[in-house]
Amino acid sequence: MLEIKNLHASIEGKEILKGINFKVNAGEVHAIMGPNGSGKSTLAQVLAGRKEYEVTKGEVVFEGKNLLELSPEDRAREGIFLAFQYPVEIPGVSNTNLLKTALNEIRRYRGLEQLDAMEFLTHLKKKTKLVEMDQALLSRAVNDGFSGGEKKRNEILQMAVLEPKLSILDETDSGLDIDALRIVANGVNKLKSHERATVVVTHYQRLLNYIVPDFVHVLYNGKIVKSGGKELAFELEEKGYDWLKEQKELV
Amino acid sequence: MSTEVNQIEELANKEYKYGFVSNVEAETFPKGLNEDIIRRLSAIKEEPEFMLEWRLKAYRHWLTMKEPNWANIHYEPIDYQDISYYSAPKKKPKLNSLEEADPELIKTYQKLGISLEEQKIFAGVAVDAVFDSVSVATTFKEKLAELGIIFCSMSEAIKNHPTLVKQYLGSVVPSTDNFFAALNSAVFSDGSFAYIPKGVRCPMELSTYFRINAANTGQFERTLIVADEGAYVSYLEGCTAPMRDENQLHAAVVELVALDNATVKYSTVQNWYPGDKNGKGGIYNFVTKRGMCKGVNSKISWTQVETGSAITWKYPSCLLIGDNSIGEFYSVAVTNNYQQADTGTKMIHMGKNTRSTIVSKGISAGKSNNSYRGQVKIIKKADNARNFSQCDSLLIGDKCGAHTFPYLEINNPTAQMEHEATTSKIGEDQIFYLNQRGISREDAVNLIVNGYCKEVFKELPMEFAVEAQKLLSVSLEGSVG
Ligand SMILES: Nc1ncnc2c1ncn2[C@@H]1O[C@H](COP(=O)(O)OP(=O)(O)OP(=O)(O)O)[C@@H](O)[C@H]1O
Ligand SMILES: [Mg+2]
Repeated sequence: MLEIKNLHASIEGKEILKGINFKVNAGEVHAIMGPNGSGKSTLAQVLAGRKEYEVTKGEVVFEGKNLLELSPEDRAREGIFLAFQYPVEIPGVSNTNLLKTALNEIRRYRGLEQLDAMEFLTHLKKKTKLVEMDQALLSRAVNDGFSGGEKKRNEILQMAVLEPKLSILDETDSGLDIDALRIVANGVNKLKSHERATVVVTHYQRLLNYIVPDFVHVLYNGKIVKSGGKELAFELEEKGYDWLKEQKELV
Repeated sequence: MSTEVNQIEELANKEYKYGFVSNVEAETFPKGLNEDIIRRLSAIKEEPEFMLEWRLKAYRHWLTMKEPNWANIHYEPIDYQDISYYSAPKKKPKLNSLEEADPELIKTYQKLGISLEEQKIFAGVAVDAVFDSVSVATTFKEKLAELGIIFCSMSEAIKNHPTLVKQYLGSVVPSTDNFFAALNSAVFSDGSFAYIPKGVRCPMELSTYFRINAANTGQFERTLIVADEGAYVSYLEGCTAPMRDENQLHAAVVELVALDNATVKYSTVQNWYPGDKNGKGGIYNFVTKRGMCKGVNSKISWTQVETGSAITWKYPSCLLIGDNSIGEFYSVAVTNNYQQADTGTKMIHMGKNTRSTIVSKGISAGKSNNSYRGQVKIIKKADNARNFSQCDSLLIGDKCGAHTFPYLEINNPTAQMEHEATTSKIGEDQIFYLNQRGISREDAVNLIVNGYCKEVFKELPMEFAVEAQKLLSVSLEGSVG
């Protein structure tokens, strides 16, 4: 589904990603871990097409297409969804309106019919239940005045409504209480299918008890320095990142 | 950051959609202004003597006045002797139906997408269309006449209803009020007149479309709407104008009168040619709009969506004279490229328990400047007056400006005032967030802008609200990268 080869990216002349190689197949769940500032969010934003980041080298193929040539909106329409680490507030635009516009834009791109208000609301209701979201948040402006946890849940609701092929969750678990964590994980698991894939960026092994990854990768200083199964997460939790640092220096 | 600015500039280059010139033959006065011109104008319009006297008085007063000059507006001085003060279609038709109208004219309307037929069929709107300076088509008059409603051109009103005109013309905006109002009083060519008799609720939206279509012809419209006791009327005014290379002066006067328990709702969607992307051309729009809540429990509500003109100077105001009367002002003013807008409102509380609401939404893009000026005045005997003001500014890009100037003058301690003001910017991170959800840049901006203007749009009649949204996206087209 997604293949990243030797990806280098920089911001304001500073290189952040220094040769990422990474492959995701349909049906898989990948976890990316790594210390603060290692480039996890940068990778997510580069995949989503944020212009501030300059890709200096490498290639990214998504579903057979050169992703780097696509505009951010077309990437989304192709099926990439990013749950932001810091979702922005958009006063005046209701959650429902955003979701309806977004879903219909994506459907238009894929040559599907537009959903009318009724059809959309039925769809929305179903998904709202799935992520156990408070109905009242739907009519409020996007993330405007939402609590930290509500913002994260709102990201998952959007993911559920837009049904992307590849979801990238950037620290969606941070700031969530235990119940919310379970609900978010539940939502992600329910959306899991053979055609879809998920990449979760997290600092905590805890989340991976709920969303069980097929692979765990460690991003360190702009590179993936280690990959493994879910046991790698436990190892990291136990030993921290210094252990990898030493290993890397040995290599 | 700099790429963002470049994109903004790149997209700011789309051209004005509604720019064209139609070929209706026009009879035009030679340039210049003097008493003879005014006499000739009055004679052409077959006006009664009192009208000519009124005009001359205004003219003589105007000669003694100085053009105002405002801190936040800049333009080349206007040569008032270089303007032609009258222009009329040559064949002055007396129409029973649209088919009798000049086909060129109908084509003009159709190009603008607001053909009278459409209006008639779909919206049930009675349209008194002003093309240049003469009314050429009026519909639904009979239906209105059955209810005793008078809706006609100002010229007709002067001839057929001189008593009403004499009583109310200039009663809200005296001919000596300000420089442009005095000029308008001297030379106004035409406009609309509406009178809603006692207890009558006007069953349809009254509507006028204005056009400016003859080169170098200043337009001086005069509108007067009177709602008698217990009457209700909703009036729509909207316009687009052909592209022109020379600045065109527009100095209209609108007067509204609401007697006891009457309500007047006046909505404007204004889209005059704003000038090209370098700021050349475009309409100068210096308008005096004022409503008088003369009776008890009366209400006047102004709603405006301003997207056009090179320069806009406009303060729809309410004089709250009757006890318990209500004044409202809902405004969206958009400026792009080199446009300059200085708009706002005045709420003058004179009666007891009077209330006013001001909701102003300014949107600035490109290199434009958008100023809001709001005055709330509460006179000594106006007990228990209340005002709520909310002035928001939205900036798109970083070369534009927004300025807010609230003036409060409170002379009664029982007054309750509430004022809120915000300035926000459409952030790249907001746009990216929406992009990431599959929404294009332009749609993202429209979504944010429409959300921002919601409070004002909901005050507009349905069909107008849709038009307003479209207009907004057209005016902001290209303002964001
Ligand atoms: N505009 C910028 N200018 C300079 N450096 C930047 C800029 N934006 C991000 N960086 C740097 O890029 C590096 C990677 O940041 P990134 O947000 O990708 O880290 P992260 O792995 O997601 O960290 P965290 O776990 O804290 O979320 C950091 O050192 C950060 O300071
Ligand atoms: Mg991060």
